[in-house]
Amino acid sequence: MAETSRSFPESWRKRTPRAELLIWVGWFALVALFTFCWQVMTQDTIWAFVTDAPTQAADIGSRMIPPRWSYLPALMEPLWDTINMATLGTLLAVIMAVPVAFLAARNTTPSVRFIRPLALLVIVSSRSINALIWALLLVAIIGPGVSAGIVAIALRSVGFVAKLLYEAIEEIDQNQVEAVAATGASTAQVIDYAIVPQVLPAFAGICVFRWDINIRESAVLGLVGAGGLGLKLQDSLNVLAWPQVTVIFILILLTVLISEWVSARVRHAII
Amino acid sequence: MPTVWRRPPLITNPRLRWAVYLGSLTYLVLAFASVDVNWMRVYEGLDRGLRFVKGFLVPDFVSRWGDIAQGMQESLTMTVTSTVVGILISVPIGIGAARNIAPLPIYLVCRGIIALSRSFQEIIIAILFVAMFGFGPFAGFLTLSFATIGFLAKLLAEDIEDIDEAQAEAVRATGAGWWQVVNYGIQPQVMPRLIGLSLYRLDINFRESSVIGIVGAGGIGATLNTAMDRYEYDSAAAILIIIIVIVMIAEYGSSIIRGRIQ
Repeated sequence: MAETSRSFPESWRKRTPRAELLIWVGWFALVALFTFCWQVMTQDTIWAFVTDAPTQAADIGSRMIPPRWSYLPALMEPLWDTINMATLGTLLAVIMAVPVAFLAARNTTPSVRFIRPLALLVIVSSRSINALIWALLLVAIIGPGVSAGIVAIALRSVGFVAKLLYEAIEEIDQNQVEAVAATGASTAQVIDYAIVPQVLPAFAGICVFRWDINIRESAVLGLVGAGGLGLKLQDSLNVLAWPQVTVIFILILLTVLISEWVSARVRHAII
Repeated sequence: MPTVWRRPPLITNPRLRWAVYLGSLTYLVLAFASVDVNWMRVYEGLDRGLRFVKGFLVPDFVSRWGDIAQGMQESLTMTVTSTVVGILISVPIGIGAARNIAPLPIYLVCRGIIALSRSFQEIIIAILFVAMFGFGPFAGFLTLSFATIGFLAKLLAEDIEDIDEAQAEAVRATGAGWWQVVNYGIQPQVMPRLIGLSLYRLDINFRESSVIGIVGAGGIGATLNTAMDRYEYDSAAAILIIIIVIVMIAEYGSSIIRGRIQ
């Protein structure tokens, strides 16, 4: 009896004792890592500033209200710039991303061993650097202004669009490709008639989705000098004009909400 | 009856199609007209661009290594702590924002918190937190935690709403209370995805931690900004290379772990 009760415990347990122990060790390691990171992170923190935060927050809050609505007309041109940066940047990104995606997809790349890794490297580099950092570099290189913002948005979006597009290309129905190829079509015709129609809805969805993200990002690119609403935000922050900051925040929020709505509607219509 | 096959257009309604074409064209003309490119400045900048490319080919890890190490340390610790705290807060909010297990008032409050967290991008939250909590990684930690809540709680809530109700129903039929239903009927169903999303968010938080330093919230972004301001493109290139490598490792590692769990 003792033997059976050991191998089949009375009450139901989800896991074996060994698995439970492993999970506990895992949790312990996580807690230890967290505590260690917390210690390292806060070693230079001035706690007086942290405990002071509620007062500061109340102070800033009281300065932000009421918003200076008379500032709104001055924001219309930066708003137009912001939308342009997002839209033209997305457009430029799409133009660059399509060939990269076809080179990266396993079923369309000319060479799995040489060209595909190169295309994947382009995608990873573009994706791992934030649009703000791209803007920081480009403002230094081509000077402050909307054009730096457009290129920054484009360089950041290439990786995103190309990654989602090449995944869509890899998931296509291969039978259609074979059917078109069987009619004697050339490689370009196979791509045009068998692959493009299959990925076109996904592609349009990806573009609109990225455009929506880009609206958010281009709103703050001005912080590093790339034009748009962020530039006005930086100006207002520098002179501590909090009532203007409130107006900018509200405008950014509205723009983001509208772009999200538009993108959701368009994607819903396509897919 | 046409004798030649034509491929069907993406937008079937011809009026809407032409309206979209015409609208896009008008917009593009207007947009391009409003972007003034200073070609002289671009030409002058090419020289700097070249120096930057050279910096990438011969990155300088050594001369600013102290600053880079400090920045990386801040970024990495900020990433870990903010992800952990963010997850701890977003799990209850995510449960509260799932319509199938939360009562309406709690649902509305939690959805409100998620909407608030999602509507502003990290950098704007960072500006506010830096103004409140002072410069340094603590403000960055708060920013990333706050941003994690909106992301993770929303996806967790959607996941809970999509669960197989039969399993929760079966657990409920044994006489289990609300907690027990969540623990035995729902948690096992959403756990793999929650772990996957947490790893994904860890990845995102690292990327973001490299940016929010630009507005003073600590991390490698501040070091990068300084390097750019000093025109030390070789140090800046070194920082960018480190960021890319860490992001690649994080992405590769998390995809392996996610593949094993799901």
